[in-house]
Amino acid sequence: MTQLLSFIKKEFFHIFRDPRTMLILFGIPIAQLLIFGTVIKSEIRDVHIAIYDQSKDVTTQEITNKLLSSGYFILDKNLENTNDIDAIFRKGKVKEVVVFGSNFSEKLTKEGKADVQLIADASDPNTARLVVSYTSGIINDYVKKMHPNLEMPLQIQSEVRMYFNEEMKSAYMFVPGVMALILMLISAMMTSISITREKELGTMEILLVSPLKPGQIIIGKVLPYLLLSIANAFVIVLIGNLVFGVPISGSFILLMLETILFIMMALCLGILISTAAKNQMTAMFISMVGLMLPTIILSGFIFPIKNMPEVLQWLSHIMPARYFITIVRGIMLKGVGILFVWKETLILIGMTLFFIVLSVKKFKIRLE
Amino acid sequence: MANDHLTFDVHKGEIFGFLGANGAGKTTAIRILCGLSSPTSGDVNVAGFDIYRETEKIKKNIGYMSQKFSLYEDLTVSENIQLYAGIYGISAKKRKEKEAELLKKLGMGEARGKLIAGLPLGWKQKLAFSVAIFHDPKIVFLDEPTGGVDPVTRRKFWDLIYEAANNGITVFVTTHYMDEAEYCDRVSIMDAGKIEALDTPAKLKEKYQASNMDEVFLQIAR
Repeated sequence: MTQLLSFIKKEFFHIFRDPRTMLILFGIPIAQLLIFGTVIKSEIRDVHIAIYDQSKDVTTQEITNKLLSSGYFILDKNLENTNDIDAIFRKGKVKEVVVFGSNFSEKLTKEGKADVQLIADASDPNTARLVVSYTSGIINDYVKKMHPNLEMPLQIQSEVRMYFNEEMKSAYMFVPGVMALILMLISAMMTSISITREKELGTMEILLVSPLKPGQIIIGKVLPYLLLSIANAFVIVLIGNLVFGVPISGSFILLMLETILFIMMALCLGILISTAAKNQMTAMFISMVGLMLPTIILSGFIFPIKNMPEVLQWLSHIMPARYFITIVRGIMLKGVGILFVWKETLILIGMTLFFIVLSVKKFKIRLE
Repeated sequence: MANDHLTFDVHKGEIFGFLGANGAGKTTAIRILCGLSSPTSGDVNVAGFDIYRETEKIKKNIGYMSQKFSLYEDLTVSENIQLYAGIYGISAKKRKEKEAELLKKLGMGEARGKLIAGLPLGWKQKLAFSVAIFHDPKIVFLDEPTGGVDPVTRRKFWDLIYEAANNGITVFVTTHYMDEAEYCDRVSIMDAGKIEALDTPAKLKEKYQASNMDEVFLQIAR
């Protein structure tokens, strides 16, 4: 035990004395979180819209008020005829025009349906998509509250032709994604680098010659990063909650347990990489290209999995981050318990076991 | 085939030189003896223990210093000593006594809290050796310990080796500096995975009618 402790102590010295390691551990997570956070925030704040109201009755007025008080939209202009729409888009400032059909209130109460047309500036498709989905969300919400007995309350015609994208609805999607990314970075990349560094410097031989058992060496290498990763996950959730208002609807303990599971999986991957890589550069390269990029691109963090080509969708099934992101979104945003994420959890446990077995097999007790 | 039917005995407290050109199989042999590689066949005993069945006992009783200095550059002198003492299960009290004694002997008392990275090469090397025998092993393996060091520093390093041998520690050293071969009690010379000669430097010189070990080596390695 004292053997292991002195080894772990040394490992912490390595971490705290290397400015680069410290930067990756503590600087990058916060920077990434703030960058992703503010980027997504600015997309849905203060979007300029114009309204062409052909009815000007109570209902359209109330919907307009709802839209403008949501904080997402600023009214640029009230339009008086259809020709103005084209002109106002050309100016570029207005991103969306909401057109209410004539006799809106009357049609709604009598026929149960009324026309709203949302026309968005799709030169920036991402923003357009978000703006349209926010607007229709607010309108539907309003009509549902006013007429709870109607099943198909409003017909909304959107001029922007695109698939409705549920994932994009949530402004909070980046916190789970960043969490997966950072934990992958710290756990897998840093572990693999720190192990290959010992190989490169020749100190690994000294350790292998010593009475330390290979298991103890692995634990000693991995434990500091496990603790630091947990601390990091904690900070990310905290910043997400305090700065960006991302809720933690579900159990915090379950969230942390799932996070630890994901960290363990990433640590095992790190060990696996270190058994394949001969030096720090290779380890870093494998981690970057083999782990970071797929985590960003294929996990559903930025690009919705549903929209991917079939081959990539299939590939995304082997991305551990995909399951972790689903779990975190479920717990944080939807407040679900283990009953709803047991499948993903099981897959992560399976992956972890697989990597443990594989890396223990490959970790060379006797270097050739 | 890096090693082919090597047979040799090393006596307690002896300085045993293991010579050979690059690629002759020295490193393979030393790795097998340290437990870093497995032999494909044969019987090997280290410090009186069998390398197949008593690996743990061997590990406690050997020291090892490689060509690369095996100290952590980003740790201080004292922290390095603490680490190795910890790994070998030496109590804190005993470690403190030995550490003070050692640093005094090496004249490095003031460098105690300095990072290894800032020390001169000669110091690093002496310290690496002292750390390798800090747990009083029965035998210490030195794999080309003096690579890239000037002759004066090398001479001083050998003083430490003599001292260790006088204290009863067996020293197993590989080198390709022939002047160092003269310092050994006995040397073996390897070529293409086989031991071609094994005796005291004096007897080898007599046998090959050479004035120094360099000539002996050249005759064999050719």
